[in-house]
Amino acid sequence: MKLPIYLDNNATTQVDPRVFEVMIPYFLNDFGNAASKSHPFGWKAEEAVDYAREQIAALIGANEKEIIFTSGATESNNLAIKGVYEMYAAKGNHFITVTTEHKAVLDACKHLEKLGAEITYLPVGSDGLLKVEQVAEAIKPNTVLVSVMYGNNELGVIQPIREIGKLCKEKGVLFHTDATQAVGKIPVDVLADNIDLMSFTAHKMYGPKGIGALYVRRKNPRVKVTAQMDGGGHERGMRSGTLNVPGIVGLGKACELARLEMDAEAIRLSALRDKLEKALLNLEESYVNGSAEHRLPHTANISFKYVEGEGLMMGIKDIAVSSGSACTSASLEPSYVLKNLGLDDELAHSSLRFGLGRFTTEEEVDYTINCVTEAVNKLRDMSPLWEMFKEGIDLKSIEWTEH
Amino acid sequence: MAYSDKVVDHYTNPRNIGTLDKSKNTVGTGLVGAPECGDVMRLQIEVNDETGVIQDAKFKTFGCGSAIASSSLATEWLKGKTIDQALEIDNMDIVEELALPPVKIHCSVLAEDAIRMAINDYRAKQGLEPLISEKVHH
Repeated sequence: MKLPIYLDNNATTQVDPRVFEVMIPYFLNDFGNAASKSHPFGWKAEEAVDYAREQIAALIGANEKEIIFTSGATESNNLAIKGVYEMYAAKGNHFITVTTEHKAVLDACKHLEKLGAEITYLPVGSDGLLKVEQVAEAIKPNTVLVSVMYGNNELGVIQPIREIGKLCKEKGVLFHTDATQAVGKIPVDVLADNIDLMSFTAHKMYGPKGIGALYVRRKNPRVKVTAQMDGGGHERGMRSGTLNVPGIVGLGKACELARLEMDAEAIRLSALRDKLEKALLNLEESYVNGSAEHRLPHTANISFKYVEGEGLMMGIKDIAVSSGSACTSASLEPSYVLKNLGLDDELAHSSLRFGLGRFTTEEEVDYTINCVTEAVNKLRDMSPLWEMFKEGIDLKSIEWTEH
Repeated sequence: MAYSDKVVDHYTNPRNIGTLDKSKNTVGTGLVGAPECGDVMRLQIEVNDETGVIQDAKFKTFGCGSAIASSSLATEWLKGKTIDQALEIDNMDIVEELALPPVKIHCSVLAEDAIRMAINDYRAKQGLEPLISEKVHH
């Protein structure tokens, strides 16, 4: 077992060697520009890209003409939101999204607000879940797009996408989902799930960083987005720029492997995740954040009350995870996702996010269980809050000196 | 962000963790910070009545590695000092000793506040007026 152990697969994943292998020729020998229509170098590149489109489409139940390549999910989210805003301006300027979305969605929406759009940010329950009725109530005659992420990056919580998609279809409103954490991990079918636009990226599914895609529906209805990158008209005029051929080949292979291995992997990973979680929940005052039922198979977000997240990570320095505590963010604000769940302060600052992956072994999970348990106990011995809790003092009754 | 060796050392081998008896009037307690900020430090001093020297200091901290190290270092420095000497401890001394990056300077400020609060608590128990700090925090 090698140290350090990587359990932060929600942040990024290692490129699968099988993915890396198929990419190499497109850096070296077959380095042509896919848009070079007049010679074999270009034709070879174009062929590789077309094949990748098929591999990707097969994973998500789409047609290969519906894949637009981008630099990643952030760009895909921007393209979907801003591109729809511009393209459908005549129809309306009201968008609906959720408070727990990724910043790529929230900040794109904030940008639109400055341009005069009206955005509704729906709150979630304490389990991180949205109710379909909330979306139904929020839809208005001038609503153009609903954007709800498939699986939450911090909690792993899976939203009722299929039902929301069905609702949007009935109301004639476009439905976008940021499926970055879901694609390749759980079955996603754009037709069955009634999705019109979908963002995802390679580096969350054992592919390279710097390449992602936006699924844009072509039938029932035919959707178009106004390009945010101009210059050459690539990708059906929706995203200009020379295609990242090696990256695309990698994304294609990553999708193929995911399609073939996803089911077995989900079973293996959820068993490991459950083992980790069960052992850590043995610790007093530890809590799972977000719905334990509607959740991605590889994610666990756990709070250890009265122990601070960054301090805890220092105690498990051989294990790579992330935390929702303020100390770990540049802004010194705790995770807005956790706060939107209504978490108490002692819990928002005390969370660890574990993201298991394809290369995670049971040995690593066992090591992690021991390490985290030891660190939590050591830090509780050092925590004034834990001591007060043990003495039966109600922390809410104390007048803290704010800073 | 990599931690300095000294911060790691204080975290791995913390000095003076523990609790002094709050009810004694030779013990001063400072509780600073707030759970919602992710930083709470409790620093306690035990002062020798006759000599006015801090003979023991203990801490417990809820916070990141830098916060733990700042309060641990504070207890180390406090032991053996008189109250007046203790008041001279400046948060920038802590920053320098632990090589804290700018984003962690507030941990040292909190530690300094904890020292002053503990001293004032001791003074109150001795029937003395609390000291008003004229310091401007960096």
